[in-house]
Amino acid sequence: MSKIAAAFQGGKAFIPFITCGDPDLETTGKIVREAAANGADLIELGIPFSDPTAEGPVIQSANIRALSGGVTTDRILEFVRTLRQDVTVPLCFMTYANVVFSYGIERFAKKCAEIGVDGIILPDVPYEEKDEFAPVCQQYGVDFISLIAPTSEDRIAMIAKEAAGFIYVVSSLGVTGERAQIQTDLTAVMQKIRENTQIPCAIGFGISGPEQAHDMAQLADGVIVGSAIVKRIGENGRDAAPVVGAFVREMKQAITK
Amino acid sequence: MTNQAGRFGVHGGQYIPETLMNAVNELEQAYNFYKNDPAFQAELSDLLNNYANRPSRLYFARKLTETLGGAKIYLKREDLNHTGAHKINNVLGQALLAKKMGKTRLIAETGAGQHGVATATAAALMGMECVVFMGEEDTKRQALNVYRMRLLGSDVIPVTTGTATLKDAVSEAMREWTTRISDTHYCLGSVMGPHPFPTIVRDFQAVISREIRAQMLTLEGRLPDAVLACVGGGSNAIGSFYHFIPDKSVRLIGCEAAGRGIDTFETAATVNTGRLGIFHGMKSYFCQDEYGQIAPVYSISAGLDYPGVGPEHAWLHDIGRAEYVPVTDDEAVEAFEFLSKTEGIIPAIESAHAVAHAMKIAPQMDKNRIIVITVSGRGDKDCAAIARYRGEDIHE
Repeated sequence: MSKIAAAFQGGKAFIPFITCGDPDLETTGKIVREAAANGADLIELGIPFSDPTAEGPVIQSANIRALSGGVTTDRILEFVRTLRQDVTVPLCFMTYANVVFSYGIERFAKKCAEIGVDGIILPDVPYEEKDEFAPVCQQYGVDFISLIAPTSEDRIAMIAKEAAGFIYVVSSLGVTGERAQIQTDLTAVMQKIRENTQIPCAIGFGISGPEQAHDMAQLADGVIVGSAIVKRIGENGRDAAPVVGAFVREMKQAITK
Repeated sequence: MTNQAGRFGVHGGQYIPETLMNAVNELEQAYNFYKNDPAFQAELSDLLNNYANRPSRLYFARKLTETLGGAKIYLKREDLNHTGAHKINNVLGQALLAKKMGKTRLIAETGAGQHGVATATAAALMGMECVVFMGEEDTKRQALNVYRMRLLGSDVIPVTTGTATLKDAVSEAMREWTTRISDTHYCLGSVMGPHPFPTIVRDFQAVISREIRAQMLTLEGRLPDAVLACVGGGSNAIGSFYHFIPDKSVRLIGCEAAGRGIDTFETAATVNTGRLGIFHGMKSYFCQDEYGQIAPVYSISAGLDYPGVGPEHAWLHDIGRAEYVPVTDDEAVEAFEFLSKTEGIIPAIESAHAVAHAMKIAPQMDKNRIIVITVSGRGDKDCAAIARYRGEDIHE
């Protein structure tokens, strides 16, 4: 079992997303430690991209803040290497195809394995293009995470059958960002996935508070929360770590009750 | 082994969120059906001829030829199309296709505003809703086109993210499409984005080279020696090149926007300064930094101010079939003024990039040589900006 699959063993998993370097890497380090201490089961670390086409305004702004602060892929990789000296929670990178392609797909996968990153999520690499990325990741023991969307329908079976680590179930149409309501019939989506695989599934996109997280957790093995956390980081800057820590604890409690 | 769908050599592909995959698959299936449907083709031809004013003229520019003193120069007058640019060729095709697919709403990105105006026009004609995304910077540079789109009944949404130019308008249109797919077609304006867009747009623009070929054979009894067109994403260029690709004797020359020069950071000459990457749904050449962050490109021309290039151009460059040359702001502005004064034709500042390169090569060529320049659009929209460039403030 991969380290990511293991993250789902202790009940419903809570997965926060944090943009590396927003506002600086020192703060990111504090936030990751706080999140881990407060119940995060797996942490998604965003490597910022100049033009994140799958993100709503909140995470777009975080990308801009991080890049203006001067972070680069190399600096983030070094940061994670240091983080791994005391942080044991499973980690996934989430970024865009060009960041990995530009670094060199194999060089990137190898580096992930070396510094202890367990998975990679690239929202602009669908099933049709994954053969350029997934086998190389697999070779280095890094899970290449697949996404399933509300529009996937007849594509669910083929995606689910080849999924590694966990499946990122996109809750809603559109880009990342908090939503008052999630309209998709996720029960039907989950049922189709379950007909094809037993791999853990986490629902993300639009989950803003404990009540929603609780409801989503009834349908899947975990929930992913990005914008609601990134918003708190944006509001609190270098003092964000305790705020995020408290929020993670609240969310983790909500999904386990 | 990479996915072969919509590949041009290593370029192209479908690098988009899973949410959009069924939408592009549905589009591909519909296109493959309708492109072979005689009724669809007849309807499109009728629109192109009777509504958009095709075929466009292939005009012998006698005075331009004599003034430059070299090769014989013909102008392919896409500027005489309805809405004033080549963009209408693609838009009528896509809008008709969208309508057949049961879509009731078109969204589009626009740089200079020509594609936005063309989409707004087709939407008005076909009774469809229309929303155009335009970089805020460009809404200022091209205020007249913003008014035209609104006049035609479209919403224009200024995009404030990133550099607030064409690339950001594309990103925002893609985001909007993931939000609302069932009734909406993304009417992409250039030969870029995920498969099948580069192929669909190429096919709809290929009418340009089909006509040039036939007109040239009628007028001169032979093929031209060179075809020149400006390249941003590359739709008028691929349209001008396409039917000449098998004819190795015809030089195909794409003119990129070098902005303040390819040795500066203020450039948008992708083939000349970019490197292989993945962005906006495709693998191709992009202006980017060492970590793959997309560069904030610059050109005086809002329509060429894009950090990428269509995948088929990237491939034509790789195999050496087409040449891509940089043309600076200064050269383009000079050509804009020169063509206006010598032929009484005011070209779009985009098209002026191709005219500028012709001004460099025509004098070096024998008088029995023939070149064709595609004048992709007319320059009325640019007059205020060029006046400003020359230090004159005029009120439109």
